[in-house]
Amino acid sequence: MAELKRYDNRLGVWGWLGGGRWGIERYAYILHRLTGLGILSYFLLHIVVTSLRAKGIYLWTEGGFFHQPIFKVGEYLVFSAFAYHAFNGVRLILVELGFAVGKPFEPVYPYKTSLSVQRPLFIVMMILAAIFLAAGTIEFLGLVE
Amino acid sequence: MRETKLWTWFMLAGLVILVLLGLHMLVAHMGGLTGIGVTHRNADSVAEVNSQARDAGLLYPIVYLILLAAALFHGLYGLRVILFELGLKMGAQKAVNALLLLLGLGLFGFGSWGIFAAHALYAGRG
Repeated sequence: MAELKRYDNRLGVWGWLGGGRWGIERYAYILHRLTGLGILSYFLLHIVVTSLRAKGIYLWTEGGFFHQPIFKVGEYLVFSAFAYHAFNGVRLILVELGFAVGKPFEPVYPYKTSLSVQRPLFIVMMILAAIFLAAGTIEFLGLVE
Repeated sequence: MRETKLWTWFMLAGLVILVLLGLHMLVAHMGGLTGIGVTHRNADSVAEVNSQARDAGLLYPIVYLILLAAALFHGLYGLRVILFELGLKMGAQKAVNALLLLLGLGLFGFGSWGIFAAHALYAGRG
């Protein structure tokens, strides 16, 4: 592993969390990481809990420890986090591969950034995430038989 | 070069998760709406009977196994990226690498056991 040149992380965790005036994509980035950490925490526990079914232990069904309302709320939060993380992740992959950022052009003052070019993609992905979330919310609220 | 390869795998794993976890969500959390993977319609999609019916077949255990591997890699590699961005020293980086690898392999082993054992347990009952 090569030693990389490092710069002082002057702001520490706040530098990672603070969006400043960097626009909505910066906040999307922060939310992507926070939802990622939330999903990961849930997933590690989920592996252990669901694997116990091999021993006939179903902790999430009626009468089980995880069948309490508080965990239902937690599950809904994880579902919401997934809806956001998945659709924003697709946007990140598309942008990383060079889609929806426009063609390169000579930088002439007043400078434009590719952020405004890819913003429609961000909006479309957030609308899709909202639709997915709405469908899941119907299920969570028990509005479907 | 190694980091580029790992990053590419990270993105690919993300796409695999998108499809398989999307399916898992449609089954486990939207099963009442979609009816996918719900054998006993009178019971909840995550009820024991429906869970056991999915374990008894071959499709869901295979899906779970691929999802387990992809999600563990994507999640733990993502955590590694976040931790490294905080400016860890080389020694700490190596410790994080070793710890996450150990955690990933351990959970993959445990999760795989759960999938195969549940399949073996319920496949015979069909």
